[in-house]
Amino acid sequence: MGDIFDIFLLESVLNGLLLGGLLALLSLGLNLIFGVIDVVWICYAELIMVGMYAVYYFHVSFGWPLIFAMLAGILIVAAAGAALHYFVIRPVLTAEPINQLLVTGGVLFFLQAAATLVFGIEFKNLGVTFSPIVIGEISFSMPRLIAFGAALGGMLGMYLFLTRTYIGTAIRAISQDRAIMPLMGVNPNRIFLVTSALGGALAGLGACLLVLQYDIHPAIGLSFGPITFLICVLGGLGNMVGGFAAAFIFAQFISVGGFFFAIEWGYVIAFLFFIGMMFWRPQGIFGAK
Amino acid sequence: MSVGSRGYLPWIGLAVLAAAPLTGIGNYPLHLLIMVLLWGYVYTSWSIMGRLGMVSFGHGAFLGIGAYVVVMGWNSYGLSPWFGLPVALALTAIVAFLIGYPCFRYKIVGHYFALVTLALSEVTRLIIVALRDQTGGSLGATPNTALAETSWSIGALQFSNKLVWFYVVLVFWLIGLWVWKKVDQSMARLALEAISQEEDASASIGIDVTRLKLGVTMLSALMTCVGGALYAQYQLYVNPETVSGIGISLQMVFGVIAGGMYVRLGPTVGAAFTLLLAEGLRLGFGNKFHALDTTVYGLMLVLFIIYMPKGILGAAMEGMAKKSPKPAPA
Amino acid sequence: MSAAMLKVENVSAGYAGFQALFGVSLEVKAGESVAVIGPNGAGKTTLLRAISKLIGVTGGDIAMEGRSLKAVPAHEVIGYGIAQVPENRRLFPRLTVAENLKMGGFLPSARARHDERLAFVYSLFPRMKERSGQLAGTLSGGEQQMCAIGRALMSGPKLLLLDEPSAGLAPVVVQSIFEMLKRICSEGYTVLIVEQNIRQVLKVVDRAYLLETGRIKQSGAAADLLASDEIRKAYLGI
Repeated sequence: MGDIFDIFLLESVLNGLLLGGLLALLSLGLNLIFGVIDVVWICYAELIMVGMYAVYYFHVSFGWPLIFAMLAGILIVAAAGAALHYFVIRPVLTAEPINQLLVTGGVLFFLQAAATLVFGIEFKNLGVTFSPIVIGEISFSMPRLIAFGAALGGMLGMYLFLTRTYIGTAIRAISQDRAIMPLMGVNPNRIFLVTSALGGALAGLGACLLVLQYDIHPAIGLSFGPITFLICVLGGLGNMVGGFAAAFIFAQFISVGGFFFAIEWGYVIAFLFFIGMMFWRPQGIFGAK
Repeated sequence: MSVGSRGYLPWIGLAVLAAAPLTGIGNYPLHLLIMVLLWGYVYTSWSIMGRLGMVSFGHGAFLGIGAYVVVMGWNSYGLSPWFGLPVALALTAIVAFLIGYPCFRYKIVGHYFALVTLALSEVTRLIIVALRDQTGGSLGATPNTALAETSWSIGALQFSNKLVWFYVVLVFWLIGLWVWKKVDQSMARLALEAISQEEDASASIGIDVTRLKLGVTMLSALMTCVGGALYAQYQLYVNPETVSGIGISLQMVFGVIAGGMYVRLGPTVGAAFTLLLAEGLRLGFGNKFHALDTTVYGLMLVLFIIYMPKGILGAAMEGMAKKSPKPAPA
Repeated sequence: MSAAMLKVENVSAGYAGFQALFGVSLEVKAGESVAVIGPNGAGKTTLLRAISKLIGVTGGDIAMEGRSLKAVPAHEVIGYGIAQVPENRRLFPRLTVAENLKMGGFLPSARARHDERLAFVYSLFPRMKERSGQLAGTLSGGEQQMCAIGRALMSGPKLLLLDEPSAGLAPVVVQSIFEMLKRICSEGYTVLIVEQNIRQVLKVVDRAYLLETGRIKQSGAAADLLASDEIRKAYLGI
């Protein structure tokens, strides 16, 4: 009896690791946008939702091969990110932070409602099934493994982009001193657009990974939006390494908590952990920005 | 702040408002009026905190606690709302403290605070849904009716006559405005405005920043909780989406910003605006295509924030101030 | 008499509700080194920010090699050959020395010559080569100044603007900074330096302008200004 208990617990821990990779990818995009542009996209999860619908329609309705549908999804959300910045964020860049938060909140409403309007409220599923990978007595869901691998790949790609390319270096530079960027010949607005597109692309990648595992419906953003916010806050808003670590910690709480109780309680426990952390280490795990 | 300075005008307005339902305006307009005043009260409660720099995206939590504790208390334990409400208030106070204390003590402000409170409202919604056996989950819940034989029950706090509700809500709305004014006039406000300018300097002259902020937060949360209870008892139906979660929390902030955060009647104007806008869109579009109305609503909110950031009342007052030249300062 | 490379004509500029420059005119010829000296708050930094278009000009015009900068956005000024070393260095603290230098050469036309220019900067400042992988925020004041100047040189500028290069540095370091500047000037760079340290800077440059409360009060050869009674009394405490 004790053995079986341990194995399932171990399985949920390992699955938690896989979940952590996915959450780390999601928080990466949010942290990037905040760290560089200093705004929080409250509608970030809704962009992911848009990506999920895009992949679904390209693959299921247009019959594209899955990989192409996913690439298209990533591109669409990247474009959405850039459009979000250009049309919605740019006008309020110099306004008070609360207006910046509210305006993305408005986009959240808009996207949820528009998705309901266009796609309807029925749950949709990509209909792609994978058989689980069994190692010993532990079974792993294939989509989760793919998601973990893709998340790591995405983060590595981001790292290389940010450190090896001119634009990537400029993106890091602008988060450290925005005012002198023109002296380097850098147009801050263009960098913000690129960053927004990059943040969108990361959301799109997240969408591709989520759509393999979960059903799609207009309010799905609420399932992982708040948890992503909490992860970023815990890791320090804008701190990508901190977000990475916090993602894995949260994932463990959700996975193991969901193992002992119903899945919603996993989120509640994660939140309580978060509150506890705030009392103990309010500046986040790795310190505030 | 011009409302009080014109002497008799607000009293006349109040008299007109109080007499309005007696003129037989019909049930639906009366319902709208009640909603405007009720949400006006809730938005005003939020704005007590908001205007002092503590922008909470989580008041859905307090609203939800007020609504659900009262309804659950009545349905599951036969607890009269008169007793259910204090329980809800106590729970609200605890939650407000748990979130507020670390945030204020460790200076978690701005974006961080917004996101934390946002998560709070969502977690509250999740808990309500998770407790589906008691709360009915996403399907919502209805307080068991006490009005089978009578048209009003004080013990159950249920009245079938909208007129009674109108006056109950009117009283609370006025209380909300009164509290707003008291906070506005108090030393606390001056202190907190000094704090939002320069927190360390204020702390150095002895203002207990944390205690002040916590006090205002508790006040705001408790008032909102009462609003939730009132809503549940009036509407006789609650649902996790309408009283908790991101949606309603964002809606609150929108409403106050739309009406004007720094003006006493601003939140009420905002409530009227958002309510009437939603109703208008629903009547105009809602039947043709499902969710077209909320899509347009979301779009309008975005445009509003971009182009009218001071809110309706704020912009109107700015416009009036520009027209009437002020005497040069001495 | 060669034509001016940089011509500032009757420029007025300022900030919200506060004017800092009133009809300032000056010019810098190719190969010259010119200083703008003056007390704190005279408007010297404002002048350089106006030339780099970091702030707008409310009156007058600025022209580089005959082309007006009036409609040029800030990020295109470097394309005209003007590079600025800002006040307080303003390095990117969490980028390495090498990355800071790379940012200086961000301009597409400069990227092709990145390696060549990097080698040049390292030859001017060997210490930078040693510290190339170090985070710029951990450098000493003098090293930061070297890095900041090197960063500006990476774009291969025609005109180098320096905003108070000696500010906030220890006297010993200041000495070495001015020696460095002397070297740069003698290499043929066209330089416009804004400085509070009048004595030191006048020994390094060819010409200078005296800026007081937003207006040019005097100008002339550096040696002449150094010897002038007014300047000696007001600024050199003699």
